[in-house]
Amino acid sequence: MAALGSPLRTWRGLLRELRYLNAATGRPYRHTAAYRYLVKAFRAHRVTSEKLCRAQHELHFQAATYLCLLRSIREHVALHQEFHGKGERSVEESAGLVGLKLPQQPGGKGWEP
Amino acid sequence: MWRSCLRLRGGGRHLLTCPRGGLSASEGLGPKPPAHTRAYVPPAERKRFYQNVSITQGEGGFEINLDHRKLRTPQAKLFTVPSEALAVAVATEWDCQQDTIKTYTMHLTTLCNTSLDNPTQRDKDQLIRAATKFLDTDTVWLVASAALSGSRTQGVASGHRTFSRRPPAHHLSAGSRMARPWHPAAGLLVCILPAPGFFSGYRVEEPETLVELQRNEWDPVIGWAERRYGVKIGSSTSIMGPSIPARTREVLVSHLASYNMWALQGIEFVVSQLKSLVLTLGLIDLHLTVEQAVLLSRLEEAFQIQKWGSVEWAHDYELRDLQARTAAGALFVHLCSESSAVKHKLL
Repeated sequence: MAALGSPLRTWRGLLRELRYLNAATGRPYRHTAAYRYLVKAFRAHRVTSEKLCRAQHELHFQAATYLCLLRSIREHVALHQEFHGKGERSVEESAGLVGLKLPQQPGGKGWEP
Repeated sequence: MWRSCLRLRGGGRHLLTCPRGGLSASEGLGPKPPAHTRAYVPPAERKRFYQNVSITQGEGGFEINLDHRKLRTPQAKLFTVPSEALAVAVATEWDCQQDTIKTYTMHLTTLCNTSLDNPTQRDKDQLIRAATKFLDTDTVWLVASAALSGSRTQGVASGHRTFSRRPPAHHLSAGSRMARPWHPAAGLLVCILPAPGFFSGYRVEEPETLVELQRNEWDPVIGWAERRYGVKIGSSTSIMGPSIPARTREVLVSHLASYNMWALQGIEFVVSQLKSLVLTLGLIDLHLTVEQAVLLSRLEEAFQIQKWGSVEWAHDYELRDLQARTAAGALFVHLCSESSAVKHKLL
């Protein structure tokens, strides 16, 4: 069985991701279908019968997977916009990316206006 | 493709309508500064053309509505998914798009579209064959042997010996926001030193750590798979991989055959992301979490990162993408293969 941690932690993480998702649209995240569904699912499976606990783990696993999906997408988009989303870089930017700087020529290079 | 052609033609027309004598006397006197535009501009994303996203339950399953218009697949089929949770997740994907629709973040929608349209027209057998194709060269079999990984690590680390000298500090702070500390693992400045015995101390020590890491991390997973499915696998240090017994293959094929088409599409997707059938099975049987499976899949890369450092725009970027895809595939498999039934206690 995979180590998942506490369900409360997963739940809080999911709420955080939902807040991030709905921060841009400006609507409160509590009005979304995802929030309602998650609340319902978490409440309904809060107590399972002790005979077979697999279902609880299964739902917790799905919740953790969904949390991983939302978080990874958010971080991926942030990295994409930072590094890859603006097209090709100029020579100065490419040099700056690895900590280098283009040489300065005091009199100009000759072709500037 | 045609869209880009149209754009090119438009651009061409724009060029043609420009005055031919661009450098005529009147304009040549006041030369314009060269426009500092980027050579490649990423293609424009589609605008978000809807306000509200809702879910309705139809005959074939759950449907997504974008402002009273039904969502359709690329082949114009009605978008219907079998489970409510999947519909909620897909609707959330559409709902959280801000100004433009970023299709590369919508992995669950992509998986549903593939399952509904089946653009490559594959049947169940072909899907299972595509998934079990990875069994021969599964990532977790190929433990680096001392000789093999010695030669590989030599290629990575000592054959292409990277500079380990950092530039002066004022270069680091002088750059713009994009400036990042120069990094040896970036692979951007590589000086090839083809002296094979030059860094021999390296080759002896480093593979041993890697082999130990791989044995410690991968062997429990292989052991779990052998116990879970009652098969014999074993690992190999040869580049050809172990010879998988025919019975192992039969058992795994018959196990995969118990999934439906939707789940199989997801399984094949995850297998092709992780390059490993065993890790995928561990993920689907709730033995590994997504983070663990992804880490095990790119163990050697993690080892190199530990040694050389992580580069944000390459390593982290790929890690997040791989995690997102794997999580989407695993969730898709779970949501498509489950059949939930509510049974109340008799009091």
